[in-house]
Amino acid sequence: MNDNIITVKNLVKKFGHFVANDHLNFEVRKSEIFGFLGANGAGKTTAIRILCGLSYPTSGEVKVGGFDIYNQRNQIKRNIGYMSQKFSLYDDLTVYENIRFYAGIYGLGRKEITTKAAMLIKRLDLEVARDKLIRDIPQGWKQKLAFSVAIIHDPKIVFLDEPTGGVDPITRRQFWNLIYEAARDGITVFVTTHYMDEAEYCDRVTIMVDGKIAALDTPSALKKTYDAANMNDVFLKLARAKPVA
Amino acid sequence: MNNLSIIVSNISRNYDSVKALDDVSFEVPRGELFGFIGPDGAGKTTLFRILATLVLPDKGTASVEGFDVVKDFKKIRKILGYMPGRFSLYMDLSVEENLSFYATIFGTTIKENYDLIKDIYRQIEPFKKRMAGQLSGGMKQKLALCCALIHKPAVIFLDEPTTGVDAVSRMEFWEMLRRLKESNITIMVSTPYMDEASLCDRVALIQDGKIMKISRPEEIIADYRYQLWAVRSGRFFELLSDLHAYPGVHSVHAFGQSAHVAFNKSALLMDDLRRHLIHAGYADVVIEEIRPAIEDCFMELMSQ
Repeated sequence: MNDNIITVKNLVKKFGHFVANDHLNFEVRKSEIFGFLGANGAGKTTAIRILCGLSYPTSGEVKVGGFDIYNQRNQIKRNIGYMSQKFSLYDDLTVYENIRFYAGIYGLGRKEITTKAAMLIKRLDLEVARDKLIRDIPQGWKQKLAFSVAIIHDPKIVFLDEPTGGVDPITRRQFWNLIYEAARDGITVFVTTHYMDEAEYCDRVTIMVDGKIAALDTPSALKKTYDAANMNDVFLKLARAKPVA
Repeated sequence: MNNLSIIVSNISRNYDSVKALDDVSFEVPRGELFGFIGPDGAGKTTLFRILATLVLPDKGTASVEGFDVVKDFKKIRKILGYMPGRFSLYMDLSVEENLSFYATIFGTTIKENYDLIKDIYRQIEPFKKRMAGQLSGGMKQKLALCCALIHKPAVIFLDEPTTGVDAVSRMEFWEMLRRLKESNITIMVSTPYMDEASLCDRVALIQDGKIMKISRPEEIIADYRYQLWAVRSGRFFELLSDLHAYPGVHSVHAFGQSAHVAFNKSALLMDDLRRHLIHAGYADVVIEEIRPAIEDCFMELMSQ
């Protein structure tokens, strides 16, 4: 038994002749904040879809939360949460309806849903907005709520796909406090971002280039290895090494 | 006619009960690279759509190159290049087909204005037979810019061209914009990335439909009223909340590996804070005085 919650060995995913993931090898440790970075088209989304049980690898071994990606996909889906900036809450449902909807989808029982929903609304200070449509509440509230519903079923791992894109700078920082609290409560956080300052908040960071993992380490070790002042410089050094295409 | 390319006077626009733009006024001189910096929902897209003659303002007036956005909308459309945030390319047409489609719409040819797009188009020309839908994000963005430029517009509007684009492609895109400026095109660009503000001649910081400030980036930074320090230590998230609790602190914001801590000027000595933090168990603490970035200024204006 070890402390790895995700294990990826020689993961390959091909679309025709195109190799989107080229022999990926990495482990994610329990309750760490794991940053998954890379240029557009580097293969991040493909890998995340596989880890979430939405797509099969061409070859390789992948375990998520102790479950095998080939024949235990339903167990995987019950043990993970997912949130992205693009899709998270239903605009034409109220705050309360969204919570109930997600809790139901994630398989919580009727009683549990009622208790959890009440608790969540209280903890997030959303009593005044309980029956408001999502489209009518401020962006900062939506963010908090989207994250909270993604972990309403106490998953082992939560996948956050560019959760802070386009968000104002104060809300963005409040969001990272939530991420940190979740990790402290034992949830493993797997996060992608284009904001390089956010890469510094991760325990470890992977940088993908052209379908391969070009680097994986703590932010401070990466800065040392690449002789860079910050993660932005590390990223530019690694990602710019490839030809334009 | 004077040297102003864009004039916006007291523009307001509501969607139902939401004030998308609330009494916005500004001017952009010809040939300027003018940036709109603000998060999603700040009103940037509504403003672009009004100036591009696609949405009518509820109140106020605006003109582009001397033409009124309501009365002279047909004239504006001829001299305007517009790269909207979401849609601007036909994914089932090839790179070359997209470009010649836009050239034809504006009654010109790729050849006629090739000089203007040459530097950008050369980077994607090797893939000119490829469907636009099959390009990477960075390449789509280059093609969309070429399409917006092919009729040699006097003014170009770029609505969040770098959103969702990785750090490398973002940097390349801004290099292209600065080269484009040499052709004396007025460029108005919006972005949620605060670090891109310093690449503009002037910027407007916008939040909740209101312009909080318009100035040159270096002036915005010079106007920051607090003394700012960067504080670094292990146990970063605990450090943030401990700094919040320290007396005399005006604001604390995480910036990558450092916390930016603002004090009322001369209210506190760095050595006092250092001693306090070491005493609280942050043995490895590093404190240094820093210049604010645009993001520091933006958050300060937001909380006023």
